[in-house]
Formats: sequence, C-alpha cells, structure tokens
Amino acid sequence: MKVTVLYFARLREALQREREVVDVPPVVTTVTQLRAWLVARGEPWSSAFTEVKRVRAAVDQAMAQDATPLHDGAEVAFFPPVTGG
Amino acid sequence: MPVRVQREDFDAGAEIARLRAADPKVGAVAAFIGIARDVNDGDAVATLTLEHYPGMTEKALQDICAQAQQRWQVAEVLVVHRVGELHPTDQIVLVAVTSSHRGEAFAACEFVMDYLKTEAPFWKKEATVEGTRWVDARASDADARSRWKETGGR
Repeated sequence: MKVTVLYFARLREALQREREVVDVPPVVTTVTQLRAWLVARGEPWSSAFTEVKRVRAAVDQAMAQDATPLHDGAEVAFFPPVTGG
Repeated sequence: MPVRVQREDFDAGAEIARLRAADPKVGAVAAFIGIARDVNDGDAVATLTLEHYPGMTEKALQDICAQAQQRWQVAEVLVVHRVGELHPTDQIVLVAVTSSHRGEAFAACEFVMDYLKTEAPFWKKEATVEGTRWVDARASDADARSRWKETGGR
C-alpha cells in the first residue's frame, strides 16, 4: 500500500523533508502503525518523532486519531500542536 | 462562509462592509483581529513566520465556521488568516461574525477563535536575538477551547 506522508513545522525541519511516498507492508493499517514503521526505519525519523512532542496526525486532510485507518493512496500528515491565530 | 488564507494584509473595515452589505437583517457585527506582538515569553520578536497546510487549513476553517453557524443564530462568518513572514504590529487574523443581535455574534466570534487556535493547522516560528524558534502551543488555548464543550457555550 502506497501512502503520501507530509511533515510540517518543527517536524519538517527535523526531517529535512516535507513529503515522501512510502510503500508500507500490509501489517501497517493505522496512523499509529505508520508512525511506528517510519520510526523503525531509523534516522532521522527515530530522533525527529522523539524530539517533537505531542505529534498530531491528519489523514486525507482531516484530524486523525491513533487508530484512524489508512488506505492505498492516503495522504497522511504529521505535525506538532498547532499555533495559529 | 468565506474563509481565506493569504500572504497579503487585509482591510478589516472593507471586509466587514462587504460581509454585511446585502443583509438588512444584520443588527450586529462582532470582529476579532489578532496582531503580531513584539514580545513573546520575555524575548523581543523581530519576525513571525506562519506556515500552514494548504488544503487542510481551509477545510478546517470551513468546518469551524460551519459549527459556529449550527450553534448560534448567525448570518455570516468570515475568517481571513495570513501566512508568510510578518513583523510586530502586523495583522495576523480577522474573524468577523454578523447576526441579528450582539450576543450570538460575540459568542460565535470567540468560539471560532478558540477553535482556530487549537484545530486549524497553522504554525508560528519567531525570530529573536537568540535565533529562531517554533512557538509552543499554550495550555491556556486548549482550556479556552474545552470550555465550549463543558458548558455547551453561552
């Protein structure tokens, strides 16, 4: 299953990338599993997801929870708590 | 429910005039303008850079405005939010709500700001004499948002 992963703000800087397309194995079906799979790839993901606290996620441009399911072609974003306004 | 994310500055007077122009039932407008301060957490701030998530940010703002319209008897809800590099005294955000009466307009305007602060994907990075730093989310903003759930609003 292919998903597009986007990173914003502090996380984008820590990873030195704003997007990547990843092909994940069938066991990766939720947001939290995708995050664990990214971290398991090693640096820079393992450090970045540790350094940036309270990382939130969105799936297809809607706020997601840990158990939010993924689908082929999903757009998944990871980012720190928002600070607009 | 107009929502705009833009680099350019905005004219609040002109925005409000447009928002209420065609509706003679409007008897109240409540508006909030957020402005870039020159001090944050004790340090002088030279510039403030705002990042957003194109597509999702607009959807999140639309959703917040729709919630406000379901919750209160309001006519129009407008959000204009700037992105890019800003300087102290620059305007950041405008929220304007039109309604027949002031109570609904005040409440809806505050609700939209409290939700925008905690739900809309924007991130601020500030430059100080110490260097640049990402602004941390404040617990007080989460508290401000949660009171609308606990009390059911005003």
